Order: sequence, then structure tokens, then C-alpha cells
Amino acid sequence: MSRTTLDLWVGFFVVIGMAALLFLAMKVGNVGSSNFDETYHLKAQFDNIGGLKVRAPVKSAGVVVGRVTNIGFDTDSYRAEVTFSLGTGYHFPKDTIATILTSGLLGEQYVGLDAGGDVEMLEGGDVVQMTQSAVVLEKLIGQFMFDKAAETPAN
Amino acid sequence: MTGVLNLVRRLGAGVVEAVWRIGFATRFFMLLLRYSGQSLLRLHLTIREIYFSGVLSLLIIVVSGLFVGMVLGLQGYETLQRYGSSEALGVLVALSLTRELGPVVAALLFASRAGSAVTAEIGLMKTTEQLKAMDMMAVNPLARVVAPRFWGGVISMPLLAALFSAMGVFGGWLIGVVFIGVDEGAFWSQMQAAVDFRFDVLNGVIKSFVFGIAVALIAVFEGYDCTPTAEGVSRAITRTVVSSALAILALDFVLTSFMFRGQS
Amino acid sequence: MTPLDSNDALVRLQDVRFAYGEREILSGVDFSVRRGQVVAIMGGSGCGKTTLLRLIGGQLRASGGTVGVAGQDLASLSTSELYALRRRMGMLFQFGALFTDMSVFDNVAFPLREHTDLPPALVHDLVMMKLNAVGLRGAAKLKPAELSGGMARRVALARAIALDPTLIMYDEPFAGLDPISLGVIGQLIRKLNDALGASTIMVTHDIVESLQIVDYVYFISDGRIVAQGTPHEIRASGDPFVHQFIHAEADGPVPFHYPAAPLADSLIGRSAA
Repeated sequence: MSRTTLDLWVGFFVVIGMAALLFLAMKVGNVGSSNFDETYHLKAQFDNIGGLKVRAPVKSAGVVVGRVTNIGFDTDSYRAEVTFSLGTGYHFPKDTIATILTSGLLGEQYVGLDAGGDVEMLEGGDVVQMTQSAVVLEKLIGQFMFDKAAETPAN
Repeated sequence: MTGVLNLVRRLGAGVVEAVWRIGFATRFFMLLLRYSGQSLLRLHLTIREIYFSGVLSLLIIVVSGLFVGMVLGLQGYETLQRYGSSEALGVLVALSLTRELGPVVAALLFASRAGSAVTAEIGLMKTTEQLKAMDMMAVNPLARVVAPRFWGGVISMPLLAALFSAMGVFGGWLIGVVFIGVDEGAFWSQMQAAVDFRFDVLNGVIKSFVFGIAVALIAVFEGYDCTPTAEGVSRAITRTVVSSALAILALDFVLTSFMFRGQS
Repeated sequence: MTPLDSNDALVRLQDVRFAYGEREILSGVDFSVRRGQVVAIMGGSGCGKTTLLRLIGGQLRASGGTVGVAGQDLASLSTSELYALRRRMGMLFQFGALFTDMSVFDNVAFPLREHTDLPPALVHDLVMMKLNAVGLRGAAKLKPAELSGGMARRVALARAIALDPTLIMYDEPFAGLDPISLGVIGQLIRKLNDALGASTIMVTHDIVESLQIVDYVYFISDGRIVAQGTPHEIRASGDPFVHQFIHAEADGPVPFHYPAAPLADSLIGRSAA
């Protein structure tokens, strides 16, 4: 095996190996889409975040506008405090509602933002005032049973 | 009673021997690193070994990757469609491959094909006194023969693992989308949403790099350390394949627990 | 002709001992080789001949005594100094030890390419000259697997002299060869030694061939030098060991029977031997 043939084959091998890596990075994973160039942070407090995790998407009208960066617990208000980052191109009014929603029936949970009508916009470090917690199955059943029980005394 | 005692004694001796060997192998690794200068300065030596370890493993890696991907596609679809989630097939195939199957299976195949070949080569050179002859000609066999084979393996491994995963995804697509009829758009879009480059793909690459070091080191060490007889070489080859497999799986556990700690 | 002329000695071993773990292989060996000499080391199997060669080449380290080559004590050399010294040595291993993945040409060119910066054309000519000296110029393109035993050994010889060494060592150069090859190798050893102005050390137990070409002989038995002299002196020696060796007698100082109890004791009807 002459040296030039060898080099050719090795070069070919390295090229297709790199191409495979690139394929995995671009087509399989999401290199570009998950990272925004510049972001600003907002906070929101929820009674119950359900199964929300860090890195979960923040969507508005179904479009990903940011990511959850931190989940903490506020020891004063006994509520969950979620910090998330939004791309600087996206601005929301001060009366935006943040809800924890589920994608699909058994899917992952994400933060949904419903824009309000306020003239003033949320700035970096602001807190989203109006929030709706995640729907927890047990509470739903409990609510259903409570409602059912409340109906009967009417007889 | 003495039979049991003997067994325990032999077990203890075996463990001591294994620990001693690991220490010896570590010293060998340090020496190897010290004499790796030639592998860099005379690149053609390393390139030659990349050819013999990497290029010649292409066939088995690519074909195996394809089959594994296709099986993932089949089995995955079979299970997912029971819960109406057959569109998540792309996610299942891609995550299984990039995180685990790609690095691990490719490393196991690499150890069996290239690792055993390297052990055989070095072992035979030792048996026919070629290494001693080289030493007598004032050429360090560690630098000239062993180190290039080590680096050839280390460089080849991540590339082969990436190829394995890529072929697997293709195989999954082939079965899922082309043959079974899962929606192509859902296949790729859900996959892209679920597979994170830094988290899944890069971790897989790191794993394959670590496996590459382990397999290459074991292969050259067993060859260099073997008893210089025909039987000794054959035993060394067996040890290479077995030790590599154990090391890969153990390291996989350690790395996985570091990388994917409680994350989904 | 005494060998212990320190001014002229290329190789000089003084009271060298070597032990492999518990077993002592060499116990107090005095040995020297002068420039231009061809010396044979003879003895039965496992007596320490090859160990001696390894000690001179620096592959083994003596447990005691001094091993001196070209005026340098091997024990005091660093690895790079030892390598520098080895570039002036050539060693022929018992079965050639040719590199099986290279052609004959590349094998002989190996030392030249590794240790010199000579241009390829010059390397080519040098390799051809070395191969010509051993009569195998036409086999340059063959692979070692395609060579017979004698040819492989001659190629290994060409490789050993590629850098024109001052000390050439042979480990059993005559073992397993046909009569023609024996004669060829013997002649080559002598002619190359004289042509290169080198010294040669040969480990062998071939009496006929070696006595024809060597200047001096050392006999080793049980890790000691038991006899030494010129071929003429050796042939005329009355030493029982030398005599047994030269005349290939079955029994003598080296016994025929492996140590055991008397025969009668191990026959049936007696207690276990």
C-alpha cells in the first residue's frame, strides 16, 4: 500500500467521520435553535410547577421564545420561583400571563406566555405578576369529587 | 474444606495480580505518553495506523450501525404505536444512538476487530524478536511501533462512533419512515426538538473518546506484555477483547452517571 | 596470544555476574574481545551464552562486575547514551527477526532511514551494496515471508551491517541451516568482519564451521568460563569438557543421565524411586 493511497483513504475516513458528526449535530440535534444570541431574564412565581424542568421551553403562541434557566423555592411566599431567559427580540407587556402547560397528552411541560394589553413592557429582572400553575391530576380528581359531592345536598 | 480455602486463596491471588497489572499498565501508559513525540512528528506512522484501525473497521461499523438503527426503528415503532406515540420514533432512535448505543457498540466492535488485530500484531512482533531487534538498532519500539498504534486507535474511535450513530439514524429513518410509514416531518422535527447537541451528541462524543483511549491502551498493552509464544499471543488477544468489553461497560456506567445525572 | 590487552579491547567484561531472580546464570565471567577479532562463545544449551550477548548489547543489566564496550561502562549509561552506542553495533538474531510488514529492501534500509538524513538515492545505493555483499541484491523486493531460512538470515546480516558497525554480534548464526548456507554464512561472517575492520562475537555450538573462521574461543559451562584459546589450542586441549564438546561425546563432564536414583531402584518390585 503506497503512502499516497494510504493518505487518501485516511483522509476519506476522517472526512466522512466529521461529516457524520456534523450530521448528528445539525440534523439530529438542535445546535442553533436552542440558543439565542442575547437574552434577558424574567421571573415568575407559581403555586405548583408540576413537572416543569430546567431547559424547558418558554413558548408564546406555540413558538419557542426562551428557555427556563432556574427553578427555585421562595421561602417567604412558599411558592415556586421560575427564572427564564427570553431572546432580546421578544418583548411582552407587563400584564402577560405565564401558564404551565403540557405539550400533548403525556408530553413535557413548558411555560406558555399569553401577551396582555399593557403599554409598558417587561424589562430584564422583572417579575411576571399573573401566573397559572400546572394542572395536577390529583387536585383535578379531588375537585371533581368535591363538585360531585356538592351536587347531592341539593336533593 | 481445603478445597474452598484453596479457591479463596486463588481468588485473592487473582485479585492481587489484577491490581498489580493495572498499576503496571498505568506506568506503561505514562511511558507511552512520554514517547508519543514520534507519533506526532512523523505523522505518516500514525496515519498508517489510522488506516489499519479505522478505515478497515468502516465496513463492520457502518453495516452494524445500519442494522442497529433498523432494529431500533422496528422495536421502537412496535412499542410506541401502542401508546399512540409512534411519531416519537425519531426521538427514540436518535437518543438511544447518540447517548449510548453509538459509543458503546462501536467501541465493542472496534475492540473486537481493531483491538485484537493490534494485540496480535504487537504480540507477534514480540514473539519473533522484532521488537528486540529494533531496540538493538537503537530505535525505541515504544515510540516507533506501540505509540502510533495507540494514537491511531484513539483518533479512529470517535469518528467510528459518530458514523455508527449516523448510520443508525439513517437505518431508523429507513424502517420507520420509508417502510412503515411514520410521518417524515414528525420524525425529524420531534428528533431535533428532543436531541440537544451539547447534552446528547457531545456527551456521546466524549464517551467514545474515553472508550477509544481505554480500548487502544488495552490493545497495545496486552500485545506488548504478552508471553512471547504462540499460545501467549492467543491468550493476549482474548484478554484484549474481554478486558476492553468490561472496561467499556464499566466506564459507560461511570460516565453516564456523571453526564445524565437525574436529567431527562 | 592473550586476550586481556586492555588497550586494544573493544569489549571487556570483568567478573560479571547475572542472576534471574534466584537463579544465577553467570557467576564471575571474565571476557574480552580485541578490535578486529572474531570470537566464538560456545557451550551447551542454557549455559548462559545468549545472556552474555544480551549483557554486551545492553539489553540486560549485570548483577555484578563491569561490562565495558568501547571504553564505556554500560551500567553508567543513560538510555540515549546506550542508544548512541548501539548505533555502532549490529546484531543478528537467531531467526533473523526481520520486520515482516516490510520488504527486504525496507528492512535493510531501516537503520539508514532511522538514524541518518541521507537522501533516498544514496540510501538506495547503500542498501543495494549491503545486499550485494550478502548476495541477495535480486531479492530486494521480496517480503520476509517469501524467503528461506538461510536467505532471511543473510538479509538480517545485511541489515545488521547497514551502518558499518564496529561490533557485530551473532546469536546462533548456524542453527538449522543446510550445509551450503552454513558455508556461505561462515564465509560472510569472516569476510565482513575483515572488510569493515570490526570485531565479531558469535554465540554458537557449531564446532566445524566456527573453528574454521574464529580467532579465539571461549567455553562456558554452568555460568563460568571453563576453557578458552585459539582454535588450534582448543583442538589440542586436554580439558575433559572441551574434549567432550569437540568430539561430541555422549558422556563426560556434561553427563548423559539427568540426575536420578539408580536404575534398579526405579524398577518394579522396589520401593518408589
